[in-house]
Amino acid sequence: MVNTYEETEVAVEKKFVKKEHDINADIEWAKINKDILRSLERPRAIFWVIFVASFALFMVGVSCEVYQYQTGLGVANLDNPHVWGLYVATFIWWIGMGHSGTLLSALLHIMHADWRKPIYRYSEAMTTFTLLTAAMFVLVHLGRIWQFYYVVAYPNERWTWPNFQSPLVWDATAIGTYLTSSLIFLYIGMIPDLAICRDNAIGFRKKIYLFLSLGWMGTDRQWANFRVTYLTLACFLMPLAVSVHSIVSTDFAASQQPGYHITSFPPYFVAGAIYSGLAVIITLFIVLRYTFRFEEYMTIPILEKLAKLTFAAAMVWTYLNLIEYASTWYGNDMYAKQALIYRATGNFAPFWWMMNFLGSVLPFALAFKKVRTNIPVMLVLSILLNFGMWLERWMIISPTLAHGIYPWTWDHDQWPSFVQWGIVAGSFGWFNMLFMLYCKIFPSISMYEVKEMLYERRSFKTKKVAEEVSNPELAVEGGLAS
Amino acid sequence: MSITNLLNNWSFYRQKRPFRGQYDLNKQYSEYKWAMALDLDICTGCNACTTACYAENNLPVVGKERYQHGYAMHWIRIERYWDENMGEFPESGTSFLPMMCQQCEEAPCETVCPVGATNHTNDGLNSQNYHRCIGSRYCSVNCPYKVRYFNFWNYPSTAWPSPLQDQLNPDLTVRTKGVMEKCTFCVQRLNEAKSRARTEYRLVKDGEVVPACVQACPTNAITFGNIVDPKSKVAKMWKNQQVDLYKDEQEKDSSMRGYRILEDLRPFPSVMYMERVRDMEA
Repeated sequence: MVNTYEETEVAVEKKFVKKEHDINADIEWAKINKDILRSLERPRAIFWVIFVASFALFMVGVSCEVYQYQTGLGVANLDNPHVWGLYVATFIWWIGMGHSGTLLSALLHIMHADWRKPIYRYSEAMTTFTLLTAAMFVLVHLGRIWQFYYVVAYPNERWTWPNFQSPLVWDATAIGTYLTSSLIFLYIGMIPDLAICRDNAIGFRKKIYLFLSLGWMGTDRQWANFRVTYLTLACFLMPLAVSVHSIVSTDFAASQQPGYHITSFPPYFVAGAIYSGLAVIITLFIVLRYTFRFEEYMTIPILEKLAKLTFAAAMVWTYLNLIEYASTWYGNDMYAKQALIYRATGNFAPFWWMMNFLGSVLPFALAFKKVRTNIPVMLVLSILLNFGMWLERWMIISPTLAHGIYPWTWDHDQWPSFVQWGIVAGSFGWFNMLFMLYCKIFPSISMYEVKEMLYERRSFKTKKVAEEVSNPELAVEGGLAS
Repeated sequence: MSITNLLNNWSFYRQKRPFRGQYDLNKQYSEYKWAMALDLDICTGCNACTTACYAENNLPVVGKERYQHGYAMHWIRIERYWDENMGEFPESGTSFLPMMCQQCEEAPCETVCPVGATNHTNDGLNSQNYHRCIGSRYCSVNCPYKVRYFNFWNYPSTAWPSPLQDQLNPDLTVRTKGVMEKCTFCVQRLNEAKSRARTEYRLVKDGEVVPACVQACPTNAITFGNIVDPKSKVAKMWKNQQVDLYKDEQEKDSSMRGYRILEDLRPFPSVMYMERVRDMEA
């Protein structure tokens, strides 16, 4: 029986440490700092290409909005029974995306799934910026933007409150809460890393990081407090994330319009939100990995895990989607049935079928390992899945308003104008711009958590090897004899 | 602004379906509940009501293109339906249905407005507060009749070129872009009549005040009045047709012509229509 230390180590690796392959456990800690701080210095040229393109898109959106503000919402080509359009659809889409950032970081944090550690920071940032983008759509969509604050419950001398019965007020409150708490969660998680930045920066940037790192010294007491705060926030955020999109769905579920008035909407929306969020995390994963040279941290096994999670979310969404159709079909509600038939056969039918294909059929490609580990394919696939989810939101909003309860007001010919498309495009510019700026200014991979991850894996391995060596019987079972 | 004010009155806020207008804390029953009865048998579809409404309520004329696009601001519209199985155009019969805000007792639009710009008044009207409206258009989404009209354009700047602005009715506002508007049963006339009656220590008499559409109807197809007053013409018509304002399913005689549109959605509309009777043999 050969039983040297080296051989035991190899065997242990085979037997126990499969998850080791998520990341190379032998990266030096100093190298982690160096690699990630480099992302604040000199990214690849593609960064500037993305940034400038995003800024240009954003300016397109701004000019469309200025035009709409001056002229009235008529330029968006919305009309009287068909009063909501791409704005509301894209609003739901953006707000949905924000859910996966929190899911990934809070839920997986609580479940001790440590492969989240290299990718949670940018997902949280994504959450924050998608919420900002969604909030922008609420404003753009209003007829009188300059009075949006009427929705907020603020004290005033006229004793007027918003109407607390309205789902839109719940919406405004929920989004406000979610935005605030995700921002705090993002910031708290960033403090130890900001301290690293502070220690390495010079000039005015040192002052900024000095202020932001709140005097972090890395003492035991600080770490203990930090852990408690972070876990508490994670526990608080998880139910909040679920409730926020449920509340957004009540905008529709609580209304009387056929096609909106569906009981299963809250879980359906949450599932769709997580689905599209995971897809966008994959997209950003690939973009960041290339732009900032994060190949060593954002590894293929992590991408594969994300893809599996996306597949699961896609199946949940598909199930709930089919439930919606089935309950409408068997619900004996003439109006709802009519609206469903219109979606499948009317002039929105190509988009409706495309949405079903992209949302439910395409994810089956993720069942193949070759697809999951192929970066260009995953980039295209994640964008297509997200496009499908966007279509889903649009197919909820538009066909229903085009084909409501009252036949006289059926309005099948409405098509969004260039102003609507321009503002939708502008929102992508706005999001990308903010996100890219964030990644340039703040470390988009959590340095201290990657170190933690490596430390845990190394110590796990060392411990197991030591156990095996001291217990030869176990080693035999481990297949060393052969 | 006091939090106690909110908390004290919160429990009373829409705790039950409004009865004869809004459920009022001080006096449970309001003296007025405005309602309409509309006889489709008499209606000729002449559009006089729509025209009168445009004149009375400062509605902008939007032009042919915008009309076709769906920007028409007609608070009362004449819907034209071709009868089925009646042959091609000249022979086929038409039915007309004037459609205006149904002033629902349990209005779907009221509950969803985020800022409370649309409310139930004490006399059972569904009011619209233009100054409070922020233009979220949720009310229109939730209205089953789609009788709410949104100002997609800044009509005051184009709809009444000088000297036409002199024809505007000074009793109510001209709405700018970004607010929702709808039929009010000519609330400016109702309020004027109510204050006149109050100064004379009496209630508004039946027929003393009518909305512009009722006034303009050449065939008297529309009857308007206070349904709380059992002697009013409209209350009698509702009673004759066995239509009860507070029922969502009428137990009426099948020979009766009275019905309310989309009653099964339970908005409890205040407008009763009377079916058109057609002699199929002739």
